[in-house]
Amino acid sequence: MSDWESVIGLEIHAQLATKSKIFSGASTAFGAEPNTQACAVDLGLPGVLPVLNREVVTMAIRFGVAIDAEIDHHSVFARKNYFYPDLPKGYQISQFELPIVGKGHIFISPSEGEHKEIGITRAHLEEDAGKSIHDQFPDQSGIDLNRAGTPLLEIVSEPDMRSAKEAVAYARKIHSLVRYLEICDGNMQEGSFRCDANVSVRRKGEQKLGTRAEIKNINSFRFLERAINYEIERQIELIEDGGSVVQETRLYDSERDETRSMRSKEEANDYRYFPDPDLLPVAITDEDIARIRAELPELPEQKKQRYVDELGLSDYNAELLTASRETASFFETALAEVPGQNALLANWVLGDLAGALNKANLDINDSPITPSMLAQLISRIADDTISGKIAKEVFEAMWQGEGGADEIIEARGLKQITDSGAIESLIDAVIAANPDQVEQFRAGKDKVLGFFVGQVMKQSQGKANPGQVNAILREKLKP
Amino acid sequence: MTLKIDDVRNIAHLARLHIDEADIDRYVADLSSILDLVDQMNQVDSSGVAPLSNPLDATQRLRDDEVTESNQRDKFQAIAPDVSQGFYRVPKVIE
Amino acid sequence: MTRSISDIRRGLAAGDFSSVEITQDYLSRIAQHNPALNCFISVTGDIALEQARQADAALATGEAAVLAGVPLAHKDLFCTDGVRTSCGSRILDNFIAPYDATVIERFKRDGAVMLGKTNMDEFAMGSSNENSYYGSVANPWNTRHVPGGSSGGSAAAVAAGLAPGATGTDTGGSIRQPAALCGVTGIKPTYGRVSRYGMIAYGSSLDQGGPFARSAEDCALLLQTMSGFDPRDSTSTEQAVPDYSAGLGQGIEGLKIGLPKEYFAEGLDSRIAGVIETAIAELRKLGAEIRDISLPNTSLSIPTYYVIAMAECSSNLSRMDGVRFGHRAENPVDLEDLYKRSRGEGFGAEVKRRIMIGTYALSAGYYDAYYLKAQQLRRMIKQDFQQAFADVDLILGPTTPETAFELGAKTDDPVSMYLQDIYTISLNLAGLPGMSLPVGFLDGLPVGMQLIGDYFDEAGLLNAAHCYQQVTDWHLQVPEAFR
Repeated sequence: MSDWESVIGLEIHAQLATKSKIFSGASTAFGAEPNTQACAVDLGLPGVLPVLNREVVTMAIRFGVAIDAEIDHHSVFARKNYFYPDLPKGYQISQFELPIVGKGHIFISPSEGEHKEIGITRAHLEEDAGKSIHDQFPDQSGIDLNRAGTPLLEIVSEPDMRSAKEAVAYARKIHSLVRYLEICDGNMQEGSFRCDANVSVRRKGEQKLGTRAEIKNINSFRFLERAINYEIERQIELIEDGGSVVQETRLYDSERDETRSMRSKEEANDYRYFPDPDLLPVAITDEDIARIRAELPELPEQKKQRYVDELGLSDYNAELLTASRETASFFETALAEVPGQNALLANWVLGDLAGALNKANLDINDSPITPSMLAQLISRIADDTISGKIAKEVFEAMWQGEGGADEIIEARGLKQITDSGAIESLIDAVIAANPDQVEQFRAGKDKVLGFFVGQVMKQSQGKANPGQVNAILREKLKP
Repeated sequence: MTLKIDDVRNIAHLARLHIDEADIDRYVADLSSILDLVDQMNQVDSSGVAPLSNPLDATQRLRDDEVTESNQRDKFQAIAPDVSQGFYRVPKVIE
Repeated sequence: MTRSISDIRRGLAAGDFSSVEITQDYLSRIAQHNPALNCFISVTGDIALEQARQADAALATGEAAVLAGVPLAHKDLFCTDGVRTSCGSRILDNFIAPYDATVIERFKRDGAVMLGKTNMDEFAMGSSNENSYYGSVANPWNTRHVPGGSSGGSAAAVAAGLAPGATGTDTGGSIRQPAALCGVTGIKPTYGRVSRYGMIAYGSSLDQGGPFARSAEDCALLLQTMSGFDPRDSTSTEQAVPDYSAGLGQGIEGLKIGLPKEYFAEGLDSRIAGVIETAIAELRKLGAEIRDISLPNTSLSIPTYYVIAMAECSSNLSRMDGVRFGHRAENPVDLEDLYKRSRGEGFGAEVKRRIMIGTYALSAGYYDAYYLKAQQLRRMIKQDFQQAFADVDLILGPTTPETAFELGAKTDDPVSMYLQDIYTISLNLAGLPGMSLPVGFLDGLPVGMQLIGDYFDEAGLLNAAHCYQQVTDWHLQVPEAFR
């Protein structure tokens, strides 16, 4: 493996989150009964014509601006001709020579501290095809054209990635970006974010690219990593055994964790691209681009930098917090109520909250603990009302719906004991009860302090302020 | 420009048209003579001329992102050759 | 039965007759003559009478739409909701359109009555109406001769008095050429003037719908209804529609008319040239100024047109695949078989030829040599016209190189058929408006003269034609068998 290098490029199809289709006024809502959202235009009935959805153009330009890409003032739709039952017109309206978004780039951090630039060759608009199902009828396939005409943005990367890990980092970055830009909901299970990987290998030092295979049917980041790794190994083994890689499309089988050649779908299709005469060139002005740029939300890259520079968060935490717009938004909303508690809040969001959400399989948007509620909990820790340890108990109670932090602290009597007099009494009692340990401590066994702290905490049901307990104990245990 | 029989077979396949073997020669002859006509375009030098796609050189109008179509499945499927449970049916496709 | 549409409107308004009466008249004429002429693929008698009844009711209240009660025929290329729309093809023989074309909607809005769907060359591909699945159409002036194509049925129906007006479509001359061969008036408007939504596509960047009638005055009425912006057609123009009828009778004193020398060169039957000269003399008498001009790239227009039209249609017809509508082969063994046999059985030979040439022209390795080259020549042809219109207001020439030829005379050689389009084709490439009007006869067969206008100057064309028709009566002639 060490004298081999893998070269990977990704083609991502992001379904744009518009209400209606790219060329017709039918709905794009997911999950409808078959063919109930396929209007005459989507069905490709004789005589129908396409009309372009404005929002689709805006969303594509938004993406282009966010990846610093060239945006042509003149963009053209082309017909990609081939026959398949889920393609009603016998051609797909796509873009060929003049895509709406040209060359751009994005930065990834495949591992902590690492920064790599990945080039994006182009992003173009096209219409999605319908769906075929093969298990409903004995000798026939069923065609549902609800999805036909849904707008897609096809994002093509340069073959700049050198490992499955980099590919996944890139895919995640694009995923996060399209959600930040609110142009795609990124739902991989529903098929609104699809990744195809182009994988080839070559010996280290070689300039020429090896023959590549295209891997399709990957619907999670985990499978993306596994599929690419499988394919790299397969190709290396093949070449080392004296064979050569065939340029083909392969499907990833997640159950067997392997890639398989597709049944000759690729007889080198001649798509016979030509500009679609039913559509006119799209004119994009500098004003359009400037307006869209001005309306962009703060992007993940900028936000992350701001968290590091202004909030003093670690690069790692900032990256994690900004990975999803919802998490960043939650964090910022909560932070507004406990300004200054950056690090503490970050730890709770990324630690306990993330853990609880994961376990319950919930999105942060569906969290039973709101940003405001979490902020309140944080401020009770910050003002010493409760200790960090007690806070975990309060969090759990909040999660179960017992109310806000203050309510729970009150109801369960969890307020921290900070009155030095009270703590002294507790300590005196513990010291009096454990003379042997006192001897051991005074003899130099420092570790015994922990025993005393533990006893005091136990006597106070965990409510004594640990810092004060420590300080007063040391005082009292002095010889 | 004379086409060969295999050219015609390839084109017919790309276009998903069945041509009877008995008619192939006729198609080869007809298509070749049409291509001879078309080759007359080469009499003129057009280098440097921008291609014209739309006669009016206009640009695309955009429509607002609104749902304007309702479910007309029954009407559209009434004219379909083979539908069942809302699906259009074709011979099984293996992927 | 040689009533003009204007006459019909006047008569209906005056109560001289009812729409139901005249609709019945036309329907019985159709029943009588269609067997010999074969102009109609579908006759929509019940629908027509119901529409006529509604029109009569509206006329009685005095609140009738502009074409209320006027019976018309429609080329079977326009989708008509609930009515078969075949495009002259077996592959759509069972296609009951589930929606109305915009043009049809507009005629309904304006109160017109639909007599039926007219015969045509399959998918608008042809110049003689001999390529129809439903059989050829006969020319009412001599039934052993062709009516022209592709809108042969509509032109013949108007010529024989089976309808006072009809719609057609024109991609390379399919309104103008049959108008010339049948001795009626027809106009193809500027590209984008009439909506293509529901007008089944042949050459998308070339197609335009337009009317046939017995006069420019009638055409103006029909074109008014057909024209105007349609948000469902991206190639539809938002340019305002003038009042075509109000623009008639302006006189043509000082109008500059250009005669392209390429249109009067060898290849034009000298007797036709003679007839055209006579018509030109009439125009001179009306005050028009005649000039010589040149359209140097005229001869290239045929190959250029055919490459573009065939490339576009090869793609447009891919949707006819037997899956969602239309003809489907029996017992397909697999998907390939379904496609190939449905399309093989459904399409006629000319359509298959054009699909194959179009596919070839677009295929890998040939795109630059054919399609791209044709689009470059297309710009050069457009530039020829733009230069000419800097000097003249209208361009004039013969519509066709010959009068109506005999049925079967050109069916063995596709290319000889394509050469019929030499005068009409270049306008579709440039997107300009053009019309044909009858200007005489040769051996009992009509001769048509073509007028070409600058972009969106349909009003100028109609006016010039109308002025000519006020001092001549070629457009009022009716074939003996149909008087």
